[in-house]
Amino acid sequence: MMALPQFFADAIREMLRGPRRYWGWVILLVALFVHGVFYYINQMQTGLVVTGMSDQVSWGFYISNFAFFVGIAAAAVLLVIPAYIFHRKDIKHVVLLGEGMAVAAVLVAMLFVLVDLGRPERAWHFIPFIGRFNFPNSILAWDVIVLNGYLLLNAAILAYVLFLHYRDREPQSTVYMVFVVIAMFWAISIHTVTAFMFSSNPSRAMWHTSLLGPRFISSAFASGPALIIITLGVISNITRYRISRTAIDTLALILTIALQISLFFVGVELFTDFYNEGQHGASIRYLFLGLEGLGSLRPWIWAALVMNLIAVTILMIHPLRRNMKWLYVACVLTFLGIWIEKGMGLIVPGFIPTTLGEVFEYSPTVTELSIALGIWSFGMLVFTLLAKLIIAVELGTLRYKKPEG
Amino acid sequence: MSKTKKTRSDERETGISRRSFIKGAGAAGSMAIAVTAVPAASAASWGGQTMKDAFGDFFQDHYKNMTPTELEQALARIERNAKRTTGVDIKCENTPPIPGVVFGYAINISKCKGYRDCVYACVEENNLGRDSQMQYIRVLEMEQGNRNLEKSDHYYDPETVPQKDKYYMPVQCMQCENPPCVKACPVEATWKEPDGIVVIDYNWCIGCRMCMGACPYWARHFNWTEPELPTEVVNPVTHYLGNRPRMRGVTEKCHFCVQRTRKGRLPACAEACPNGARIFGNLLDPQSEIRYVLENKDVFRLKEELGTEPKMWYFSD
Repeated sequence: MMALPQFFADAIREMLRGPRRYWGWVILLVALFVHGVFYYINQMQTGLVVTGMSDQVSWGFYISNFAFFVGIAAAAVLLVIPAYIFHRKDIKHVVLLGEGMAVAAVLVAMLFVLVDLGRPERAWHFIPFIGRFNFPNSILAWDVIVLNGYLLLNAAILAYVLFLHYRDREPQSTVYMVFVVIAMFWAISIHTVTAFMFSSNPSRAMWHTSLLGPRFISSAFASGPALIIITLGVISNITRYRISRTAIDTLALILTIALQISLFFVGVELFTDFYNEGQHGASIRYLFLGLEGLGSLRPWIWAALVMNLIAVTILMIHPLRRNMKWLYVACVLTFLGIWIEKGMGLIVPGFIPTTLGEVFEYSPTVTELSIALGIWSFGMLVFTLLAKLIIAVELGTLRYKKPEG
Repeated sequence: MSKTKKTRSDERETGISRRSFIKGAGAAGSMAIAVTAVPAASAASWGGQTMKDAFGDFFQDHYKNMTPTELEQALARIERNAKRTTGVDIKCENTPPIPGVVFGYAINISKCKGYRDCVYACVEENNLGRDSQMQYIRVLEMEQGNRNLEKSDHYYDPETVPQKDKYYMPVQCMQCENPPCVKACPVEATWKEPDGIVVIDYNWCIGCRMCMGACPYWARHFNWTEPELPTEVVNPVTHYLGNRPRMRGVTEKCHFCVQRTRKGRLPACAEACPNGARIFGNLLDPQSEIRYVLENKDVFRLKEELGTEPKMWYFSD
């Protein structure tokens, strides 16, 4: 068993090896992360008062990004299913990158919860037996379990497959397949549970809809493939790693269908809230049209809607979808559109008006934006390092060498 | 980026000081800049505490897990912390619930004139952060003819109250029999006591604000900053689950003045009301005034359809 320590040593050496532009990118991400850490230290010392949040709008930019990135993490399953269940060789080729993205995205999501806590040093209260874990009652307790479980599953599967490939072997065991199947269902569960965190509140009419779970899944299956396509495009441009066209086509098709369903759900919600409009529709009215003269989210949500409509139009026209340039445009528009719609566009208006009917607005502060930028950079850094390792192993440049003698 | 914006467009521009005081109640966010400017006050290595107290605070167990000795130590630590931050010798008690008592509240909205005496009495009794301007009670100015909360004015400030064509409805924690906040809390930092009061272990709360999303009555408030308590305003008679000084980063709310009511006194808001609009008592006592109200008046509860079973009733003469 000399292979395992050597694998880790080789992995770290590989992550720290690269051309100047690789180092430039890594240093940029580290710098942005450190920048965020400074803002976070200030937030810790002063309190969450440095954010734009209030008793009225008690969750903001952090939780919005949390909800969005859980979706990105869940979308890795879209590569896992075709790769391991249908044995698509082309997809198998990129499935490890998808799992790397899942690991990075779930870390990002967890960090966004951590920075939102008023008392992060008490996070140990979560730990079962040592603390008091309100399971199964609290949906956040569920989320802690599913997110940590998902992180472990994906990290373990990724490390296991890489380690085998490192030694020129293929994973065969049934135990491994059992974990892959668990990871698939787990992926759906993380985003469903995250939707339940919001939809379980009857006093928040905008969230309290059974469509919220399906909306979360459908929008995740659009934003996730969009990000994967962009990432694979970047990787095939700057590395020797070739990504087959059929894999991209499959992802683009999934993206198209998911975005269509997601937009259909948006339409269904708009109809239900606006036809015979009652108090139930107040948050949606605030979001799209404004309430009592206030409506800072209006331009954002309309921009999101327009972006998603343009994206879906591009994707539905076959020649355009098959053209990489147009496909990238559609992917960027989808990613941004869903980020607005499922992030700020969903979390913030859920609090407006408040349960006592007060209209009080929220906008993120520089602190929130800086900390978020730091967390995004951290996620990109994790993905960059993992991708560096994955590509080296998959290209065969990183292989186990039996020690001499 | 701009900070949280102004709330309602229909406010009158009178009585600046009081109005801004009231408005600030929920809008702690607007103080971000002012607070940021203050240098990290007395940030000695243990936050001004002794190392022993800092560790004691950090490792303090959940209220329900603590042994009697640990609880005694916790209460003593709270008293020491209060002495250090406010200069006042407070007494932090742990009066248990009275057997056979479940508290309930009824408000006569035809007697409520919107004076907000209850709000201010509550602030003083419960050691609410003065610069964060937190308030547990919100009196809503309602339009005659409907009970639509979205048409209520939270920040009414005319020369005199009551205003013509308005009625007033105070809202605070309703100590639900089926509290959604308790269900939502991931670490059981909030629970319902045998006397029906929903309490918070401020030392156990992690500040995730799940409870604030869950509460249908906007009863839960968060300490966005360190709550400031000037020496001259400290109420030294406190309860662990009630009005002891709180810390930054945790939620708090009305607890029916647990420090008073468990000793047979009325909550501060009930005592302060000059109109006798507030009727507080033991729901299990058939002779109590609250039972009389429930049995003889046409009462209603807010958002009953949500199934939270609030223990606060409204009625009119």
